[in-house]
Amino acid sequence: MKRFAAYLLLTLLAACDGGLWNNPYSAAEAGKPILYTAFTERPKHLDPAQAYSENEYEFLANIYAPPLQYHYLKRPYQLVPLAASAMPAVRYLDAQRRLLPETASAEKIAYSVYEIHIKPDMRFQPHPAFARDAKGELEYLHLSPDDLRDIHAPADFAHSGTRRVQAADYVYQIKRLAHPQLHLPIYGVMSEYIVGLKEYAATLQQALRENPDSFLDLNGHALSGVEVVDETTYRITVYGKYPQFAYWLAMPFFAPMPQEVERFYAQPGMKERNLTLDWWPVGSGPYYLSENDPNRRMVLSRNPYYDSESYPTEGEAGDAAAGLLRDAGKPLPLIDQVIFTLEKETIPYWNKFLQGYYDASGISSDSFDQAVQVSVGGEANVTDAMQEQGIALSTSVATSTMYTGFNWLDPVVGGDSEKTRKLRQAIAIAVDFEEFVSIFANGRGIAAQSPLPPGIFGYRDGEAGINSVVYDWTEGQPVRKSIAEAKRLLAEAGYPGGVDEKTRQPLVINLDTTANGVGNKSRLDWMRKQFDKINVQLVVRSTDYNRFQDKIRRGDTQMFYFGWNADYPDPENFLFLLHGAQAKVGKGGENAANYSNPEYDSLFEQMKNMENSPQRQAIIDRMLAILHRDTPWLWGFHPKNYVLQHGWLHNVKPNVMANNKLKYWRVEAERRDSLRAGWNQPRLWPLWLSAAALLLFVVWMWRVLSKREEAKS
Amino acid sequence: MIAYLIRRILYAIPILIGVNLLTFALFFVINTPDDMARMQLGIKRVTPEAIEKWKLQRGYDKPMMINSAAAGTGKLTDTIFWQKSASMFVLDFGYSDDGRSISREIATRMGPSLAIALPTFLIGLVIYVSFALLMTLFRATALDIAGVALCVLLMSISGLFYIIGGQFLISKLWHLVPISGYDGGLSSFKFVVLPIVIGVIGGIGSSSRWYRTIFLEEIGKDYVRTARAKGLSELRVLFTHVLKNAMIPILTGVVVVIPLLFMGSLLTESFFGIPGLGSYTIDAINAQDFSVVRAMVFLGSLLYIVGLILTDVSYTMVDPRVRLQ
Repeated sequence: MKRFAAYLLLTLLAACDGGLWNNPYSAAEAGKPILYTAFTERPKHLDPAQAYSENEYEFLANIYAPPLQYHYLKRPYQLVPLAASAMPAVRYLDAQRRLLPETASAEKIAYSVYEIHIKPDMRFQPHPAFARDAKGELEYLHLSPDDLRDIHAPADFAHSGTRRVQAADYVYQIKRLAHPQLHLPIYGVMSEYIVGLKEYAATLQQALRENPDSFLDLNGHALSGVEVVDETTYRITVYGKYPQFAYWLAMPFFAPMPQEVERFYAQPGMKERNLTLDWWPVGSGPYYLSENDPNRRMVLSRNPYYDSESYPTEGEAGDAAAGLLRDAGKPLPLIDQVIFTLEKETIPYWNKFLQGYYDASGISSDSFDQAVQVSVGGEANVTDAMQEQGIALSTSVATSTMYTGFNWLDPVVGGDSEKTRKLRQAIAIAVDFEEFVSIFANGRGIAAQSPLPPGIFGYRDGEAGINSVVYDWTEGQPVRKSIAEAKRLLAEAGYPGGVDEKTRQPLVINLDTTANGVGNKSRLDWMRKQFDKINVQLVVRSTDYNRFQDKIRRGDTQMFYFGWNADYPDPENFLFLLHGAQAKVGKGGENAANYSNPEYDSLFEQMKNMENSPQRQAIIDRMLAILHRDTPWLWGFHPKNYVLQHGWLHNVKPNVMANNKLKYWRVEAERRDSLRAGWNQPRLWPLWLSAAALLLFVVWMWRVLSKREEAKS
Repeated sequence: MIAYLIRRILYAIPILIGVNLLTFALFFVINTPDDMARMQLGIKRVTPEAIEKWKLQRGYDKPMMINSAAAGTGKLTDTIFWQKSASMFVLDFGYSDDGRSISREIATRMGPSLAIALPTFLIGLVIYVSFALLMTLFRATALDIAGVALCVLLMSISGLFYIIGGQFLISKLWHLVPISGYDGGLSSFKFVVLPIVIGVIGGIGSSSRWYRTIFLEEIGKDYVRTARAKGLSELRVLFTHVLKNAMIPILTGVVVVIPLLFMGSLLTESFFGIPGLGSYTIDAINAQDFSVVRAMVFLGSLLYIVGLILTDVSYTMVDPRVRLQ
């Protein structure tokens, strides 16, 4: 008993680390330039060849350094060198591999050659895979499972090392994009463009079949479209003209990968200990993953060898006034450590942000009214309570679109006939997405006029950009056409008053969605009401994710909810969602509506490889006009991101394309500590009150019992 | 007793096979291997080739139960069911669908689950039994009525309310402990206090009422009357005699859950950010990770069987009349 009491006392003492009682972090971290943030879902992949989700890029983009990146401050989004010493030089070749002028038309260009020079002084993060023994040999390349008995993380190895990043590392990673043992989300796209990638994948497949148990040496086979020129230069040859390829070069797919690291992780016993490249990434970016417990927290620490980048010295107008250039020229990163804590529920996340334990936070619908007030002019600002805490709000329109598709293959709502077109147009007028955004997204979004969100080339603001099928331009703003107009179109479509004039049956349309349960009921009820406006019955077919995907693949829907997040800021990445060759049914593409229009398809082929220019804009205008007329989607809305940040966090500017933003941020740790202390002093009176109440109760009870015993005796 | 235990352990084998079969059937009625692949691979740019490759790498390309193309025992063994199930009987859980060692995850997550569940169980047991004895002691008085009313009130409130209310009062308003999170070792103390307090309070209503019923039943028996006639105090009668004799029904409900404490609590772990096995299970269900789901169901069944055996053994300890044969 005494031993137990002593242990309990020791535990209590250990728990009291001298900090605030409700501080979830160690008191020893006070005053340090650490950023505290959260993640809501554990990343599935951290291997740059396999990762493709936003929650994975949140980590990877800060660990790996691909050749290019998006400028942090400038808008519209533009690519700038990251690991590359300059923007890649592109040469165009014809089918006989003869050099063509830069102005050559896309049809003549058979190959584009990207020559990339990387900075000569970049180094990988510290890692045991680079450690060398006294003879200069890699120290941990011949380990047995026994050697790994006490090893659970790379930091458990006695030694670590680093080395210079070379062009060969970039080439090696491109080869990994064809690795037969990995899930490669962009292999399909890249094999269409990178010369020889398809053949290379087949060669690797064959090699693996022949030696299924041995390490697959990617460098043992040549990839014809990718070559190392010298230690700091490599070339990638792609088929035809593909200007969007530069955007891919800004993604971790094209970051450097040292072959010794892959060999290191391929050793027996590693996988059983979760020691894999998919769990412990090895990069040359500003941070490295020093702690990986995705069930609790993940920690990025400053890569001590990263010294090749400084804070931008120029931005767009207003950045200097907003204080965003105060750190211009300073070496990056400005924060030493980033601690990501797993926070699955929004309520604890929000409350910890208010207590100062997270430096920035999004806003859930539950907390929106507490955090944001919208002025009469529609401008969003933080509430007075937030202002008192020094919390600021930044907003940005996401390069995403949330839409409701009509299945082009459906005989009632799909196809190119005048009847179905007018029906779709009538529905497009009736479903009021301005109201949807206002009710269900707290105004965080803008009703879409087309697939293109603001900030993407081809998007037009003002009257020129409106969808004239749905809106009129009145008094300087788009005004949705009347329900009477929708009913007129419906009647012209053969459904006067919502009744099929041939069958005399009411028109019933089915909406497939994965939304179900109480939380989504109000949204679905709202949707039904929109259709009620034109006397059309909407049947909501809620289904689970698997069945929904299955229906989409088979084209077994009439209408469905969908969304798209841009890979890169180019109109091609949105307009291809309606390209006939991308149809979901039969082709397995991304065109879930299975929309098909030969003129649109032909214009898309023309537009996709063009540089941004007035000619490209004119083609996009024509494509959007076709889409407005055909209305294959209800264009839905483009969500707006709202981010709150405490006053001690600096250099935060929304950038929806860049994921490697952490290196620019700066934290005033002392100010944070002092404000936290002011906000979080423990209130002890409830403890004393409870103890007193308990004591009184025990005393009273004892007296009652004593009296009862006395009476009995 | 040894023969009895061996027999019970042998009975467990068909039960576990049955549970495995049922889990397998239920899971694959809802999810096909293609669905699982799509869930893992995401929505964007997923080609049919990628899906086939995913299935091939994880063994989901095989027939479900019978492989008519295989020869001999291969008809049974070269199937998804055999490949995914057989190894579990030697506690080899294999890898999750995202390629991570399940045994390792279980080993890592068991600690945090126990850090919450074990103290909640032990402290809760002491408080529930004490409170029930107190109500029994003051039976048919205003205190007893108030106690029962309090129990009914506490039973009527949703578990989620306790969590959110507790976080609001104790963490947000009074700043006494962190709202959520977890840390290893002794530092975990400040993180587990609130979930334990909430867990204990949340269980007072139902448990104390149940124990009160047991004690009230005991207190009317002859041996209690005899004890009182001997002049023993009411406290002594309750704590020495009634409590001891009420142990069988208490143990029936208590011992069986001890092994299941390892499995954690889905709701508590999720809201408090505790990286335990409860949240592991719920994540796996959401991600349609069959490998993890079948491992957790198997482990749950196994621990339940262990709990039942322990319950039987515990009867012999508290009641000398019970013999296991």
